[in-house]
Amino acid sequence: MHLIYPAILAALLFCTGLYGVLARRNAILVLMSVELMLNAVNLNLVAFDVWLRDELHAGQALTLFTIAIAAAEIGIGLAIVLLVHRNRGTADLDRLRDLREDETTDGTTGATDREQKAEAAS
Amino acid sequence: MTTTTTAALVPLLPFLGAVGGILAGRRAPGLVRPLALLPTAVAAVLAVVVAWQQGGGRALDASTRLTPTGSVPVDLALHLDGFAVLVAVLVGVVATCVQLYSTAYLRDDPRYPSYAALVSLFTSAMLLVVYSGDLMVLLVGWEVMGICSYFLVGHYWETEAARAASLKAFLVTKLGDVPFLIGVFALADDAGTFRIDGIVRTAASGDLSHPTLTALLLLAGVAGKSAQFPLHTWLPDAMAGPTPVSALIHAATMVAAGVYLVARLLPVFAASTAALAVLAAMAAVTMVGSAVAALAQDDIKRVLAYSTVGQLGYMTGALAVGDRGAAVFHLVSHGAFKALLFLGAGVVIHAAGTNSLAATARMGGLAKRVPDAFWTMTVALLALAAIPPFSGFFSKEAVLGAAEHAAQGEADGIPGAVGWTVLVAGLLTALLTAAYATRLWLLAFRGSGQEAADHGRQPAAMTSVLWVLFVPTVALGLAAWKLPDWFDGGSLTPTLTTSLLSTGCALAGVLVVTAAWRRTAALTARTPLGAVAADPEEAPAVSEEEAIATHEAAYGSVSGAQDPADPGRLLLGPLHRHAAAGFHLDAVVHAVAVRPARGAARLARFLDREVVETYVRGAASAPGLLGAAVRRAQTGNTQTYLSVLFAGSVVLAVAAVLVASGA
Amino acid sequence: MSTHGVALASGAHGFLSPTGVEVAFLLVGLVTLGAAVLTVTTRQLVHAALWLVVALGGLAVEYLLLTAEFVAWVQVLIYVGSVVVLLLFGLMLTKAPIGRSPDADSGNRPVAIAVAGAAAVALVWVVVDAFRRTWIDLRGPVQGSTEVSGEMLFRYWVLPFEALSVLLLAALVGAIVLSRRGKENEAEEPRRKEEAR
Repeated sequence: MHLIYPAILAALLFCTGLYGVLARRNAILVLMSVELMLNAVNLNLVAFDVWLRDELHAGQALTLFTIAIAAAEIGIGLAIVLLVHRNRGTADLDRLRDLREDETTDGTTGATDREQKAEAAS
Repeated sequence: MTTTTTAALVPLLPFLGAVGGILAGRRAPGLVRPLALLPTAVAAVLAVVVAWQQGGGRALDASTRLTPTGSVPVDLALHLDGFAVLVAVLVGVVATCVQLYSTAYLRDDPRYPSYAALVSLFTSAMLLVVYSGDLMVLLVGWEVMGICSYFLVGHYWETEAARAASLKAFLVTKLGDVPFLIGVFALADDAGTFRIDGIVRTAASGDLSHPTLTALLLLAGVAGKSAQFPLHTWLPDAMAGPTPVSALIHAATMVAAGVYLVARLLPVFAASTAALAVLAAMAAVTMVGSAVAALAQDDIKRVLAYSTVGQLGYMTGALAVGDRGAAVFHLVSHGAFKALLFLGAGVVIHAAGTNSLAATARMGGLAKRVPDAFWTMTVALLALAAIPPFSGFFSKEAVLGAAEHAAQGEADGIPGAVGWTVLVAGLLTALLTAAYATRLWLLAFRGSGQEAADHGRQPAAMTSVLWVLFVPTVALGLAAWKLPDWFDGGSLTPTLTTSLLSTGCALAGVLVVTAAWRRTAALTARTPLGAVAADPEEAPAVSEEEAIATHEAAYGSVSGAQDPADPGRLLLGPLHRHAAAGFHLDAVVHAVAVRPARGAARLARFLDREVVETYVRGAASAPGLLGAAVRRAQTGNTQTYLSVLFAGSVVLAVAAVLVASGA
Repeated sequence: MSTHGVALASGAHGFLSPTGVEVAFLLVGLVTLGAAVLTVTTRQLVHAALWLVVALGGLAVEYLLLTAEFVAWVQVLIYVGSVVVLLLFGLMLTKAPIGRSPDADSGNRPVAIAVAGAAAVALVWVVVDAFRRTWIDLRGPVQGSTEVSGEMLFRYWVLPFEALSVLLLAALVGAIVLSRRGKENEAEEPRRKEEAR
């Protein structure tokens, strides 16, 4: 079998997953896209392992490891997403922007708000 | 004790007194007065001893070299000749009188300790200048005098006039000192030594490479220090200082230092006819101009200050005709009677509560209130006006005689024109001097109107020194027959022609002013004028400080007054206004020097603020703008970051592949 | 050995004479790719998970076609069986909307298309350029049977395998800790709501 069939399929799957990671809004959809990227890598590993006829079968071994790690990653990732959703009420990536640079950060506006309230009260 | 050791002690004692006074100042106030008075008095006595021992014989030279100082050696050298020892006696006596006078005059002044220490330091520096045989050491004393003068003129620094005057005095004398320093270096370069005797030998043998240039450079420093045209403007303004300081520094000693220096270095000046001509022209302009200006001044001390400028002009005139004996003779006699006049003026200002002649002219019986000052000042003014038989007559005669000598072409190497210039200017000034002296006397002591307030007797410390100085004022003229032994040997006795001419001029001046005064005296009652500061309980200096501070407010200007009863105004006519303002020389200086300097300062400020700081601001704002741009990229959106990360990875990967494949 | 295979293969194969395996691989690959594209583009979140199942299953078939049997079954078991189920749970727990949601894609989409497109072009270009004349020799013994896999895992890869088990345990514990509704969180809940107001 021609090697470029699995190789190109893996490349395209990877780029599809990449697009998903960059374009999706929901964090769980982003996790799915990450799975796609991992699977593209797995396909590559298996194809090259078969092509090279490796004595140790390093490609397949790594594929199995990757699958296990992916399972762990999805577990942790989902737990984090759940936690974020529980704390923030959303799982949308573009609404989690606490690290942005602003002219007036949230902290100072909050402080001025409090001062204004204090003035109004007094 | 040898003469040399004694002479070394003379400048040292006041210096130690100054150091002790500064140290004692706050801790032991009781010690301040003895520390101010005693070292100066002892130094004066020692100066007399030195003069006695030297006795007008051959010049004594002693020197020691503390350390090698490069190519031209600097020695601690003493040069004791007749000029040095006599001027030192004058300095010592006047300084002692002034210290004694100050104890009463500034008795409650909180800054008296520093004042007394500065006067002592000044005395020490002046004595160093007088005795020094080395130009570098002399220069040290010269500059110490300058800084002491700066501090003492600014003693009443609470008043604007004193602050401005001290700065002006310092800057103008420094303007002369810079060329002076260059001239000293030029002399030392030619002579290979800073020793005055070595320099004089070199000059006498005609080995100076640029005699005219060197002499003119030295002349700039002399003009600054001795208040000669055009650098004289600081001296009238320096009257904003306390009266004893004016008496010591700005009448008797420091301003005479320039004349003394030229006398010491006369062979250097004599080597250049051009320098002598410049000296004569400077002396003539100074004499006549300052005498006219003195006739228009309202402040009693400013009259005396312009008079000092004019008398110093006589001395430089005598030097211009090559007779340093006459110059130093006039220096000594002028030092005595001018110090007396200033100290008497201090008494008058205290008694009258004003320094304005317009105010004292409206005050009756001032002479009765201060009899000591009245009698001593009368004699001193007669001496100033060169009326025989007082000291001023003889010393001025010596100057005019020397000028006539030179005008007849009898003096060696002096052009006749120089002699004529000095002689004509001197006679004209004699007339003007008598005129302003008479005006001062009439306005100060012959006023009519309300009786002067009685403040009681003046302190004995102040009146006694007047009588001490009264002695040389009266009797120093007799020295004219004795002094040639101490000096160069030239005759100092009056000659008949000049005596008749100058005495005639002086009497004419006296008569003209008296006649004018008779016409204007009636006006005094009709035009009330004047402000009087009365602090009978305070120290005399307080009255003076208030008078200086309020003169401009009360009379419209620091120097003149709008007084129609002034005989000087009648005599000078339209010239009065310009003379009162010192012929607007300050305005000229302002236009020529101050305004360009301000413009340059503004330019420098503009360059600094607008040009240099633009770069500085740019250096700060460029990273700031860059930072703002980078900050804008920090959206907080993880996907944006990831997009950029992956895009970068792709670019790097493509680049790596291209490089690896050799494309 | 591989050079021998390459030399042997290049002589016997050509682009225009695909074998049966190749045709099957191509067809399944197209289905897989289509399912993957739908996964990342569909506006219905649950559908995305289901399309992911199709894509992962397609990949399992590809593994089988590449004679990696064991990996294929592990793929089915773990991915299709557990990961997708986990994802569906996650979707439900985060109250994901059922049906079409208009805002499934973020504003970053154009950039994502550009970056992914550039990456795809670069990768395909490099891969095609590198492996134009490379064939996989699928004849001979099966390379990924359970026996072979077990032998290599427990002969050569025992230590990483054990380490991986520790990693899985740690992940398990971490996931439990993270998703547990702790006392602090409950205490913070009212305050957070107040701030939001």
